[in-house]
Amino acid sequence: MGEIVSVFREEHFNAAHRLNNPSWTDSKNKEVFGKCNLPNYHGHNYVLIVKVTGEIDDNTGYLIDMKILSDIIKENVLDRFDHKNLNEDVIEFKELNPTAENIAIVIYKLIRPLISELLSLQIRLYETPRNFVEYPAQ
Amino acid sequence: MMMPVMYLTRREHFNAAHKLYNPAWSKEQNDAVFGKCANENWHGHNFELFVTVKGSPSPDTGFVIDAKLLSQIISTYVIEVLDHRNLNIDVPFMKDKICSIENLVYGIWHQLLPNMPAGVSLHKIQLVETPRIFVEYFGE
Repeated sequence: MGEIVSVFREEHFNAAHRLNNPSWTDSKNKEVFGKCNLPNYHGHNYVLIVKVTGEIDDNTGYLIDMKILSDIIKENVLDRFDHKNLNEDVIEFKELNPTAENIAIVIYKLIRPLISELLSLQIRLYETPRNFVEYPAQ
Repeated sequence: MMMPVMYLTRREHFNAAHKLYNPAWSKEQNDAVFGKCANENWHGHNFELFVTVKGSPSPDTGFVIDAKLLSQIISTYVIEVLDHRNLNIDVPFMKDKICSIENLVYGIWHQLLPNMPAGVSLHKIQLVETPRIFVEYFGE
């Protein structure tokens, strides 16, 4: 029985977005989302921390090969989100408001099927150095 | 006695969208030169802005400049114009300019320069686009 550890991979992407609920009026969107609702988008340097927890593999000494984890994040998240407009360019947000909360959940769903079921996964996403979210919550 | 000269820096931040695009070029040439920064639907950053002023401490206050006043000046002439905006579309002083951080820092300099209080000179502006990329401008 291997020891239980967590490993973390930090990545980053720069993207534009805006917050808007299409079922609301413009004035209600402006009231709730403030500057984040401005029509021509704004953007962030997002910092993504992917946490994987489980038992160390006795054969390799690894929990997960970090190069493989890095490639999974790059191909499934960074290549699709970096230097993009999340609202316009990323299909998952066609009908989902790209808040930090929802972005973290989308990233989790993209990565989860690609990692062993024996390992647990948690996403931490920084929208700014001062605002960040985690999913799943613990 | 000579008055000592000091530099005081105020750090502010804003979040904005932009793209790098030269309208005189074809899309292919823009893509070749600017890469993913030319994405037509924009991308964005958390920008950090460091404004450094130069002066001598006032005998009355001990301040080169009241840091709160400097923050208000930066807020009025820069942050309120740029924060949560699209730098290419929404910002009058970037109109018809390529939206690089070099051009942006030049524009910010000229927003602040006429609004410095007497006895204080604008010394340097540092604009940080990502943790790995920043520019500095000294008004030269």
